[in-house]
Amino acid sequence: MNLIVEREKGPLQELEARIVTLRERGSGSSADVALLEEKYRELLGDLFGKLTPWERVHMARHPKRPLAGDYLAALDSFEELHGDRHFRDDHALVGGFAKLRGRRIVVLAQRKGRDTKENIYRNFGMASPEGYRKAKRLMELAARFRLPIVSLVDTSGADPGIASEEHAQSEAIASCLTTLAKVGVPVVATIIGEGGSGGALAIALADTVIMAENAVYSVASPEGCAAILWGDAARAPEAAERLRLTSDDLLGFGIIDRIVKEPLGGAHRDAPGFVQIVLDTIEDELRVLETKTPASLREGRYEKFRRIGAWERELRTHVVTAVPS
Amino acid sequence: MPMPDWLRLLREKDVPAEDAALWVKCLSCGEMLYRKDLEANLSVCTKCNYHFRMHAYDRINSLIDADFVEIGNEILPGDPLGWTDKRPYEQKLEADRAKSGLSEAVVTGFGTLEGFPVALGVMDFNFRGGTMGTVVGERVTHLLEEARRRKLPCIIFTASGGARMEEGMLALMQMAKTTLAVERFMNDGNPFFTVLTDPTTGGVSASFAFQSDIIIAEARASIGFAGRRVIEQTIRQKLPENFQTADFLLEKGHVDLVVKRMDMRATLIRLLDYAVDRKRIAPVLKAVPEFALQ
Repeated sequence: MNLIVEREKGPLQELEARIVTLRERGSGSSADVALLEEKYRELLGDLFGKLTPWERVHMARHPKRPLAGDYLAALDSFEELHGDRHFRDDHALVGGFAKLRGRRIVVLAQRKGRDTKENIYRNFGMASPEGYRKAKRLMELAARFRLPIVSLVDTSGADPGIASEEHAQSEAIASCLTTLAKVGVPVVATIIGEGGSGGALAIALADTVIMAENAVYSVASPEGCAAILWGDAARAPEAAERLRLTSDDLLGFGIIDRIVKEPLGGAHRDAPGFVQIVLDTIEDELRVLETKTPASLREGRYEKFRRIGAWERELRTHVVTAVPS
Repeated sequence: MPMPDWLRLLREKDVPAEDAALWVKCLSCGEMLYRKDLEANLSVCTKCNYHFRMHAYDRINSLIDADFVEIGNEILPGDPLGWTDKRPYEQKLEADRAKSGLSEAVVTGFGTLEGFPVALGVMDFNFRGGTMGTVVGERVTHLLEEARRRKLPCIIFTASGGARMEEGMLALMQMAKTTLAVERFMNDGNPFFTVLTDPTTGGVSASFAFQSDIIIAEARASIGFAGRRVIEQTIRQKLPENFQTADFLLEKGHVDLVVKRMDMRATLIRLLDYAVDRKRIAPVLKAVPEFALQ
């Protein structure tokens, strides 16, 4: 059950229906319609103006939220490239050549499905090692052709199945990270929905990290975190509160660089419009990064992450002659 | 049907407190082991070869020739999120400090192995389950940077439950930070070895543990990305006995070697002898054992 979907039912839906009928019939005066619309906006504000972290989690998982597929479709063009060259093609993490407003890029995207059938095909957006190995291959391709890397993050986490362990999920994620540390081309990551732990970070070690206002990005899912800490997944709302997973929290920590504001009530209230704004923002960031040399991009990336959780300290060493045991 | 191990162990009487100083019960076979014998055997059961989780300082003692120059121990944990669950994070840290005698989940510094100067990092599961928070990330990064400055090989022993929940996304970002440090260190031609000890999972396994030149799994260690329980809950079936064990990883081709604790030092020395160009580290050798900072 999605909290946001539940809240959208009732008065808001009724009002929505009334506005639509009035408009369709063309019978109501424009003043009447305007009045209703005003009321509608007020109600939206009351319902969604201030969201708790747990509600944000539900917003990020809203069934109508724009998904990576919607962003890919809004690009000038997208030429999907398949496979890890070893074992199989992963459908949760896709990528290829693309053009963004005329600019040649390599895009990597974590795809969730819209319905059950598509979700099964996409493994609910949870990439296997093959997905990360394909991503790594495409990152290297981007570096070779001097193309910027644009990633769209939306996953509850990397796939935790038996086969994924057998195929070295850890190593696959670790080498994606190494590759992003290495490439001398601009890397822009955007958290569009859920940023689930290492599986998300694997394609988000970026020069610029953009985040949709109601997206969440966290070290563990609130449910998983609650299960570990209290042995009770039902305490997820509390865990969500503590994890500091919202865009404003993360901007404060310097973990993300920029927030894209969403329409009142969430990105799905104007999905096509929102997707365009996100693409504008990515384009904007690319324009800045494109002026930098490969060396300064790498240096900047190092310094950016080096600062996170760093200490002011006076370097001192001492010799422990007898190691305490 | 034979009694399962866990049940047999549960039924065996616990060791009386006055004897605990002298005797240790093997967590795997239940054998009563004389503490002195166990320590002499590097905390490996003399009967069934079970590898007890090792204290970071014991580990360091079992590896290096003589002195260990610890660095990074001035980097100490704070409470960046003001975290509380069952207990405040500060209290958990205090309890772990008392329990483990450590200031954080990794000890870093310099020492020599059969004359080879190395940068050594050793994680300890006794401190917050070896989880990587900002201090572990910072100490590991600092170690790699200092090793790079001295052109020294670096060896890190991992033992970790993953990223530290109590530090939220700041903890996750340590995966990125350490990756960047590893990449820079290795890109300069410095050898990097990792030894994966029990257990190595999550954010540590998906970053520096699997980014090295040579990956060794300590015998009997459990190593993976997702924890056993998470996988079992996801797939709703029991996992095979050897799943995520060192031998399983060797068979699947994920690690270079599986090495018994008793053979660890000798193995590392052999590998260093192949990997290290003695001419390259000659200036450092002169400075041993102080590894004085320039």
